Formats: sequence, structure tokens, C-alpha cells
Amino acid sequence: MSTREKVLWVVAGIVIVVYALLPVGWIVSLSLKSSSDIANGQFLPTEVSWENYSQILVGDAAELFLPALRNSFGIVLIATFISCVLSMFCAYAIARLDFRGKKLILSSALAVAIFPVISIVTPLFNLWRQIGLYDTWPGLIIPYLSLTLPISIWTLSAFFREIPWEMEQAAQVDGATTWQAFRKVIVPLAAPGVFTTAIIAFFIAWNDFAYGISLTSTGAARPVPAALGLFSGASQFESPNGPIAAAAVIVTIPVVVLVLLFQRRIVAGLTNGAVKG
Amino acid sequence: MASIDMKNIVKKYGDGFPAVNDVSMDIADGEFMILVGPSGCGKSTLLRMIVGLEDITSGDMMIGGKKVNDKAPRDRNLSMVFQNYALYPHLSVFENIAFPLRLQKAPEDEVKRKVDEAADVLELHEHLQRKPANLSGGQRQRVAMGRAIVRSADAFLFDEPLSNLDAKLRGQMRTEIARLQRRLGITTVYVTHDQTEAMTLGDRVCVLRKGVIQQVASPRELYEQPVNLFVAGFIGSPPMNFLPATLNGNALDTPFGPIDLDEKRAKAVGDRDLVLVGIRPEYFEDASLVEETKKGVGSTFTARVDVTEWLGDSQYAYIPYEAPAEVTTQLKELSRELDSDQLRTQAIVSIDSTSRIREGRESEFWLDSRKVHVFDPATGENLTRDAEAGAALTRLAAEERAEQVEHARSRSVAATGEQDVDEAG
Repeated sequence: MSTREKVLWVVAGIVIVVYALLPVGWIVSLSLKSSSDIANGQFLPTEVSWENYSQILVGDAAELFLPALRNSFGIVLIATFISCVLSMFCAYAIARLDFRGKKLILSSALAVAIFPVISIVTPLFNLWRQIGLYDTWPGLIIPYLSLTLPISIWTLSAFFREIPWEMEQAAQVDGATTWQAFRKVIVPLAAPGVFTTAIIAFFIAWNDFAYGISLTSTGAARPVPAALGLFSGASQFESPNGPIAAAAVIVTIPVVVLVLLFQRRIVAGLTNGAVKG
Repeated sequence: MASIDMKNIVKKYGDGFPAVNDVSMDIADGEFMILVGPSGCGKSTLLRMIVGLEDITSGDMMIGGKKVNDKAPRDRNLSMVFQNYALYPHLSVFENIAFPLRLQKAPEDEVKRKVDEAADVLELHEHLQRKPANLSGGQRQRVAMGRAIVRSADAFLFDEPLSNLDAKLRGQMRTEIARLQRRLGITTVYVTHDQTEAMTLGDRVCVLRKGVIQQVASPRELYEQPVNLFVAGFIGSPPMNFLPATLNGNALDTPFGPIDLDEKRAKAVGDRDLVLVGIRPEYFEDASLVEETKKGVGSTFTARVDVTEWLGDSQYAYIPYEAPAEVTTQLKELSRELDSDQLRTQAIVSIDSTSRIREGRESEFWLDSRKVHVFDPATGENLTRDAEAGAALTRLAAEERAEQVEHARSRSVAATGEQDVDEAG
């Protein structure tokens, strides 16, 4: 690569990074402005203030935000876990076994995935109220499964297909039952796939707004994105932008941490060395 | 340890195509059996049926006298080395080798002792804590063998274990496998398409073609008394030459002049119009280098050499010849089946490396007619096969083999005895 090319690459890289990080920086900067400072007309706060954070963590908005944070974590983690376990079995069957209706399962999973959420919300709202799932954790976990399962099944079955058949056959010849072969050989080999799937599922459920706002009414089950929408200012003439920005920063943290933590686990090529490479 | 008996084994796939057709074979306890044949002949399928990874359509599979048709692979107590090794990449070499023992829930100290033993045999000690991804091809291959020998299995099954290695390593591992099998004396079935492996490793070799057994015999018998055109063409490198010939009294008229046959063989050929004479490259020689006393048992002819290849220890000459159309198609068919697309009808002739025969010149050759075989071009049957001589060769091989195993066992007993003394002292 010539120097000219290198310079162009660096410049292009910087442009892209700045473009992508500008909104994030803006939100962070906004969250650090005090309420009188919000309309100061400049990017950086005139004086760094933790007022917004204290408001949502210990102040007025705390009773709205903190339960929502707890709900979000609980509901999303449970939904992700169930979705991973179910899709692992399903994807294994799809990748390994020959059975009737395999195509049907895959295509209906895809159909569910592309179905607009908003069209299901109203019937679900009515149904949930009838059977008592409205404003409960399971009432959100179930719809989240429908959001995350299709994509999980698709990604995981792609991962399972990559694992050579011989690995499992070798395990069986070595004396493993089908279940042992699955647990001791296939699952560890699919671990990067499972982590990737878990992260994707987590994001999808974490970012959901439509179900969260429609199927809850109190702090009993309301997740963070829905709670953010309900923030209000100190008086009706004051916009709640500061606290919303602070809350947005806080809910972004787990996502960033998750990616950094599992970044190493999501390495392709774990199967290198299994078979002649 | 156990014998493996197959009775009328058939494997049909969904479309009704028989990949393995009516195979019956007895593999004795401790025997090294090779399954060989060109690609698609059903040898791997047969192996996978023995181990239980492939269903048996019909027939009986007996291991150690018990029918195992419906048993799962894990209940058959066999160990297998896969073509691509199938090592578990998430486990260290130690855990890879220990895997079968862990499944048996063997106690920790026993696992450690047995893995150590296997690592000793295969010289894997310094690699035990590494992951398979960091090993070379040969080391991976040894780990796969370690996983196979660590458990006291009834038989070893190898599915083309050396085909992923480079030529030099392949030679080393070949002798390693032979040594290991002799030492452990365990029944072994080994699938390969490489005939060097087939000839050097096997006590007996089973040649398969389109799912049907052609011949099961010792390598020597296969080489000297092949049952048909297919076996004759498959075994031997460079391959046997097939020349068209017509019988004229007790002599065969070939493109390379007449070849005399003895009474018995001439009678076996009978009144067929056109036959194929099978002559191995080493039955030829540069006529000027043949001793006078020997010249009588063969015939001499002159031919123009197309190409010569000098390899240091040996030399090959290629002699083109004309063949009638009906034989040419037959030979083309055969060579395609043997995975070697021979384009022209030519004889490959092995001559002494000191021979001064050069390309493009007319030269005089001598041909040893004592060992030539005559084949029926239509059926491929070997008309001059001496079944008795062949059986004698296989018997001889079996005796040698028994002796070797005895020797190896007594030696290993002596070795372990010494070890015990060392440890005690």
C-alpha cells in the first residue's frame, strides 16, 4: 500500500468512526448538562453536572427508572436464556436430522421474524388481559421469545452445520450416547455460535419498545425503553431531556460490557484443528 | 479382541443402488485386513457398517461371534481412526486421548496411567497439554491413534488414515501403524485406496469393485495370481500391461511377437479367438543385459521406445502398440474404473537402470513368459490362474504372520518384565 492509500484509509476510517460515535457522544454530553444548561447551544456542557444521574438514580425519577432497570435485566436475561436453550435443540435437529416438515419449521420461523410487531400487539394486549398475563414478567418474556427464537434458530443452525459430522460419529464410536455426544462435543464446539446468538437475542429483547409500552402499566414489569418514554420534567414546562439522556447512557452500558466481555468468545475458527485444516 | 465375520452384507441407499453387495468375509482374531479399491467401490461404507455408523440393509455382522446389526456404535467396543482425524478441538491432547475413558467413568489414576502408556507408544508426551489446532498433521494423526488404542477395544478400524499426510510422513506413519498392530495384536480393518499401504500393511487384502468382493488374499497372491483383469490391473505400480493376443498353437501372437505358453496354460486358454495377456513391467528386460542361460525361458522382440524414465535405481520405458478396437474400448473402460485415465495403448516396461536403451530408437527386449497371465477380454476372468499356488502363498503369509505376532508378544512381555524390575529397583 502506498502512503497516499494509507492516508486515505486512515481519513476514511476517522470519518466513519466520528459519524458513528457522534450521537453517542452527544447523548453523553447531554446527560452531563444541568437542566439550565441544556439549551446552551453548544456541544459540550458549560459545567459538568451529575444532576441528571442523581435524579434518575436517587431523585424523583428513581421510582420510575430503577424498577424498570430491574425488570429489563430480569425479563431480557430469562428470555435470552430460554431462547438459547430452545433454539439450540431446534437448530441441532434441523442441522443433523432428516425429518418431515424441516423446511416448514425454518420458513415459518422466518415468517414470524418478519411479521411486524405492531400488528400483534393489540391482539396480545387483549389476550393477556383476559388470561392475566398483562403487566407481568411472563407477559413480556413470551413475546420476546417470539422475537428472538427465529433469528436464534437461523444463526445456530448455520453454526451447527459447520461442525463436521465426524466429530459426533467419533464420539459415538468412543462410547458416547447421542446425548453425551451432544453435550460433550457439539455444545462446546458450538459455544461461539451460542454466545453470538445470545448477544443478538439480548439486543433484540433489550431494545424492544412496542411490547414494553403496550403490555405493561406499572413498575411491576415495565422495561427501561418504555419507562424512558414516561419521564416527565420537574414542571410541565421543563423538558425531561437531561434525565432521559442519563438513563440512555446507563442502559447502553450493559450492552457495551456484554460485547467487550464476549468479544473473545465470538472468535470464529474454534473448530480449527478438529479436522485437517 | 475378536474376530469379525460378515455374512452376505448388503447396503442399499434410498434410490435402491447397492453400495455394498453381498459381501461375505471372515476376519480372524488379530488379523490385519485391508479393504482396497478405487473410489466409490463401497470400502468406506463397509467399514462404517462394521463400526455401526451406517445401517445394514441385509446380512449378518458378527463381532466376536455375536450379531451386532442392531447395536449402537458405542455398544460394539470398536475404535476408529477417521480420515480427517475428528479430534475434539476444545480439548487438550490429553483429554482427547482420555475421552473414551472418561465416558466409561474410569477412575482418575487409571485414566492417567493409560493415557501415559498411549503417549509413550506414540511419543506424544511433550504435546499432551496442547490443543489439536497447534499440532502438525502427523501429530494429529498420532493423537487420533492414541484415542483409538487407549481403550481396550475389540478391533481397530482405520478409514484412509494417511491420505491427508504428505508422502514422506505417510511412509513413516505406515511403518508405525504396522509396528503398533503387530505389538498389540488387535484385529484391524484398514480402508485405503493406496496400494502401497495395501501391500505393505495387510495380512490379507480384500479388493472391492462396485460393492462386490473381487478377491480376498495375501498381497503376494493378489500380485502373482490375480483372479481377474480388475485385480491384476489394480494391484501393482506401474500397473500390469495388457496386450491383445491370439492363440496360435501353443504360442500367443502379440504386438510384441509370439509368447510361448506351456501345455497347461495353453489348454486353459482353449479356443478363444482374442485374449488379453497380462505382463508385469518387471517381466521385461533389456535383451542385451539378460544372461544367455535365462534367455531360453522367454522371448525376445524389437520395439521402438517412446519415452524412458530413469529413476536411479530403476528405469521405465514406454512402448506404444496398436490394438484392435474391441480391446481398446475394453482397456479404456478398465483404466477409467481404476481411476487412471490411460490415453493410449502403451506398455510400461521396467529395464535395468544401467540399460542404454534410449527414446525414439528401435531396441531389443526380452520377456519372461513364465509368469504371464491370460485373461478373457469379455468376462475379465484370469484363465491361467493357479489357485493352488495362490492359496499356498496366502498360507505362507499366514504362517509368517503367526510367527511375527508370537515374536512381538514374547518381546513385549520381556520388555514389560524388565520395566517392572527397573521400577522395583
